[in-house]
Amino acid sequence: MKRTFLLEIVMVAVAVAFLFPVYALITLSLKDPAQIAHSPLSLPAPPTLDNFGKAWTAAALGPSLVNSTVITVVSLVALVALGSFAAYYLARAKSRMGYGLYILFLLGIVLPFQLGMIPLYQLVSDLGLIGSHTGMIVFYTGIQLPFTVFLYTGFIRALPRDYASAAQIDGASHFTAFTKVVFPLLRPITGTVLILNAVFIWNDFFTPLLYLGGSGFETIPVSVFAFVGQYVSDHGLVFAGLVLGALPVVVAFLLLQRYVIKGFASGLKG
Amino acid sequence: MTANIARGSLPSTARKPWRRFSSLSPSWVFALPALLVYAAVVLYPSLAGMVYAFTDWSGIGADKSFVGLANLTAMFHDEQAMGSIGNTLLLTVTIVAVQNGVGLLLALGVHVRLRSRAVLRVVFFAPVVVSPVMVAFLWKYIYNPDPAAGLNGLLGTHVDWLGDPSIALWSIAGTVVWQYAGYSMVIFLAGLEGIPPELHEAAMIDGAGTWQRFRYVTWPLLAPSLTINLMLSTIGGLKLFDQVFAATNGGPGYATETLSTVLYKQAFVFGKFGYSTAIALVLALFVAAVSMVQLYYLRNREVAQ
Repeated sequence: MKRTFLLEIVMVAVAVAFLFPVYALITLSLKDPAQIAHSPLSLPAPPTLDNFGKAWTAAALGPSLVNSTVITVVSLVALVALGSFAAYYLARAKSRMGYGLYILFLLGIVLPFQLGMIPLYQLVSDLGLIGSHTGMIVFYTGIQLPFTVFLYTGFIRALPRDYASAAQIDGASHFTAFTKVVFPLLRPITGTVLILNAVFIWNDFFTPLLYLGGSGFETIPVSVFAFVGQYVSDHGLVFAGLVLGALPVVVAFLLLQRYVIKGFASGLKG
Repeated sequence: MTANIARGSLPSTARKPWRRFSSLSPSWVFALPALLVYAAVVLYPSLAGMVYAFTDWSGIGADKSFVGLANLTAMFHDEQAMGSIGNTLLLTVTIVAVQNGVGLLLALGVHVRLRSRAVLRVVFFAPVVVSPVMVAFLWKYIYNPDPAAGLNGLLGTHVDWLGDPSIALWSIAGTVVWQYAGYSMVIFLAGLEGIPPELHEAAMIDGAGTWQRFRYVTWPLLAPSLTINLMLSTIGGLKLFDQVFAATNGGPGYATETLSTVLYKQAFVFGKFGYSTAIALVLALFVAAVSMVQLYYLRNREVAQ
C-alpha cells in the first residue's frame, strides 16, 4: 500500500513536470505584452482575454475550421466507403487476382509519400486542383486507403461468412448483402479507421502547405503556421492562436478519450 | 414486414434464379473505385518519382532529360544533403531510444492500480492528438534563449536550445519525445494488460523479486508491443519534417536539416525537382526497408490470431 502511495506521488510529479509547456502556453495566452516581458513564468495578474479575439481574426481561424472540417469529414466518408467495399472483395475473393490486389494495396503502406510527392503535385496542378478542397480530399483518400483497406480486410476475414451467405440465399445481391448485413458488423473497425484517419488528416501539415498555402482554403495547421510567422514576436497573441487552433482536437479527444486511446493502442498506424 | 418481402428479396430470386448459384465471392468491381484513387494518388506518382529521380527536371513544363546516376552522385558531394542523412539517422536513433524508454517507464507506472491512473493516461497521451506544427511552435518558445523565460527560466540555465548548432538537434528530439512518449506508453500498456496476472503470482511464489519478474515475465511478453513501437517511432523519425520546419527550418546552418526538409527545399525553393526526387528515393529506401519488417510482422500476427 505504502509503495503504491509513493509511486502515485512520483507519477503525479512527473505529470506536473510534463505539463510545464502547457502551463506556459495557457498562462502566456492570458497575458499582455508588458506582463510577458516582466514575468514570463508567473500566473497572469490580471488575466486578459484580448489575445484570443485578435488571434481568432488574425489567424483566420473561423474559415480554417470550416476548411479542416470539410476536408476531414468528406475524406473520412470516402475512405470508409471505398475502403470497406474494396476490403469486402479482397477478404472474400478466392482468386489469384484477389490476393495480388491485396498485396498491391499493402505496398502503399510501405511506400513513403515523399517518393511520389512531386509527380503528384504536378498531376494535381495539371488538373487545376491546387488550392481546392477537392484536391486535398482526393489526396487523403488515396494516401490513407492502403492502411484503411488493411484494417478492414483483416477484420472481414475474421467474420463468419454465414450472415452474408444467408442474405444471398434469400436473394440479396452481393451489394445488398454487404451494405445491409456485413457493413453494420464492421462497426468496431470502422471506429478505429475513423479515429486514426481523422487525427492524421486533421493535423497533417506538409501537403496542405504545398497545395493550400496562400489559397484562402488553408486548414488549421497551415493557417496557424502562417499566423505564427507573421506575429512571431507577440508571444501572447501567438499562444492564444495555438490554444484556439488546438482546442477542437483536444476537446474531441477528451470526449472520446477511451476510443481514441484504444484505436492508437492497437499500434497499427503506419 | 410483408411489404418488405414483397418488394425485396423474394421476387428478385424468382426473377433471377441463377443468382442462387452465383459465386459466393463478390466481384472485383467492389475494389475498382478504391483501386482507381489509389493508383492515381500513390502508384502512378511513386513510379513517376522513381523515373524523375534520374532526370534533371526543373518542375516547369515537360522539359527533362535523363542524367543517369548524376543526382545520386551529386548527393554525395552535397554537404547539406549528406549532413541531413547523418542528422536524420541520429535523430531517429535518439527518438526511438528515448521515446520508447520513457514510454515503457510511464506504462509500468500507470499500469499499477493508482488512483490517478485514468487521469495520468489522458495527460501523457494528449499531445499525440495535437498537430506537430503547433507542438513545435509551443516548444520553440519553451526553448527561448531568454534566461527568464521557458525552460531556462524553469531550470535557471542560460542555454540557446535551438540556436546553438551543437544542441539544436537534441532539442528537436526532445520535442518529438515529449509529444509521442504517450503513444509508446499506450501501446506498452496494451501489452501489459495482455499479460495474465497468474504468471506474476507464480513467479512471486517462486520467490522472484520485482526486477526478476520484470526481466523474466514482463519483458519477454512485451516483445510484440516493443516491435510495434520500434517500427512506428523509426518510421516517424526517418520522415521527420513538421517539427524541424516549424522550429528551426534546418538551421542554424545545416545543423538540423533532415532528408525531408532538404528535399522540400531542393524542390520548392531551388526548383531542382529531379534532384529532390532523388533524395526522396533515398528516404524511400530507408523507410521501405523498415516498413517491410513491420508489414511482415503484422501479417504474421494476423495469421496467428
